[in-house]
Amino acid sequence: MGDLKQSPLAEVYKKSGAKTIDFGGWDLPVQFSSIKEEHQAVRERVGLFDVSHMGEIEVKGSEAENFLQYLMTNDVSKLQVGGAQYSAMCYENGGTVDDLIIYKKESEDFLLVVNASNTDKDFEWILSHVPEGVTVRNSSNDIAQIAIQGPLAEKVLQKLVKIDLSSLGAFKFVDAVNVGGIQSLVSRTGYTGEDGFEIYCPWGEAVNLWHALLDAGEEEGILPCGLGARDTLRFEAKHALYGQELTPEISPLEAGIGFAVKVDKPSDFIGKSVLKAQKENGIPRKLVGLEMIDKGIPRAHYDVYLEEVKIGEVTTGTQSPTLKKNLGLALIDKSHSALGTEVDVDIRGKRRKAIIVKAPFYKR
Amino acid sequence: MNVLNVPKDLRYSEEHEWVKTEGQTVKIGITDFAQDELGDIVFVELPEVGDDIEADAAFGSVESVKTVSELYAPISGKVVAVNEELEDSPEFVNESPYEKAWMIEIEPNDLGDVEKLLSPEDYEKVINEED
Repeated sequence: MGDLKQSPLAEVYKKSGAKTIDFGGWDLPVQFSSIKEEHQAVRERVGLFDVSHMGEIEVKGSEAENFLQYLMTNDVSKLQVGGAQYSAMCYENGGTVDDLIIYKKESEDFLLVVNASNTDKDFEWILSHVPEGVTVRNSSNDIAQIAIQGPLAEKVLQKLVKIDLSSLGAFKFVDAVNVGGIQSLVSRTGYTGEDGFEIYCPWGEAVNLWHALLDAGEEEGILPCGLGARDTLRFEAKHALYGQELTPEISPLEAGIGFAVKVDKPSDFIGKSVLKAQKENGIPRKLVGLEMIDKGIPRAHYDVYLEEVKIGEVTTGTQSPTLKKNLGLALIDKSHSALGTEVDVDIRGKRRKAIIVKAPFYKR
Repeated sequence: MNVLNVPKDLRYSEEHEWVKTEGQTVKIGITDFAQDELGDIVFVELPEVGDDIEADAAFGSVESVKTVSELYAPISGKVVAVNEELEDSPEFVNESPYEKAWMIEIEPNDLGDVEKLLSPEDYEKVINEED
């Protein structure tokens, strides 16, 4: 266990007694107090997440935008300076390399924020395609990220910054903001289904930023939150998690993130021919919501059956802390994906009835 | 960290179940250490009255928000009662692991098996090693 990568907040975790686990090679907290309490804090008030393990890759140069257009499924030409965009990167066969956020800092200066466990893979993938006129740098060890999420996130963060946060729209960001004395990039984005901000600061300042935000949010009942609540929050909001809803074998269209796939954008991109065909002829599989009728909780990789035929498997499942229902997301044959279809989930050898329902399960 | 409770009047298994003798039957549940490791319990699956359970075999499961854990029988016997309240109130496992959250009551094949389980002192050693 000694070789797990440590967040800049490792000392804070030790002191607080938070339970940490090996998360993709990182030693990170599952929870500080209780997943349910942390989840509820974010839905009703405000919660704080250390997501410094996320990878950051800088892409710069006169050809940077054209290069990103070629790598990304979304239309990067639509992005303005100060804007952020959710996108996927695909293989030629339409499977997903990663899902990520692209920040346009200047016309020739982009920052990609990628999944921690994919950082090295993504960096290699990008380097293997990089043309003249583009420089790529992996800055993951220099940049920390702290997310403040929930309906009171703006109120808390506003206490620490001079810029007017109410005028910062969703998927917009401001660079070089002074947040309680710490130079940061402040972005109105998140992974919880709530309003909130993701704040990028120098690695060495993360502990100070963390404490500044916790102090600022004391009156609002801010809670430090672990990966457990991050997962249940994103699950209810049907945000895909790489490794579960998205893999090299699953296309972004199948995973329900078609809004980030622009097959008709002017330039060619990796995976375009397969994705365009899927869009025109229909996707083979579809991500659906499941609600258990019988007892039991669907979990990742449980098989889903229609009568005796296996039609797919659960990608994520839990008891929804907000709705108190046993819910799952499942990738199943498109032909059996109609709302209201009754299916069986194989829960550790027992067939349990579930029904296909609308997802996201939660919308603010 | 929290100070975890290991009552002196119970016997324990390496799999973090406790066993309490009540005359000719025994009650079984999971320990304070186990509930603390699992986090918020949201579902408990138990056998039915009349089922036979076998030492070291799974007899049910507990699910937290995050994971599923099998429940392993510390000793063999026949189920004479199950705690139906846990169906609607799985949080009892977190709140009261040794009282409200007893899981099953069995008639052991051999009451003497209970004495072969871990003493509170030995169980404390087990959890100190895991921590």
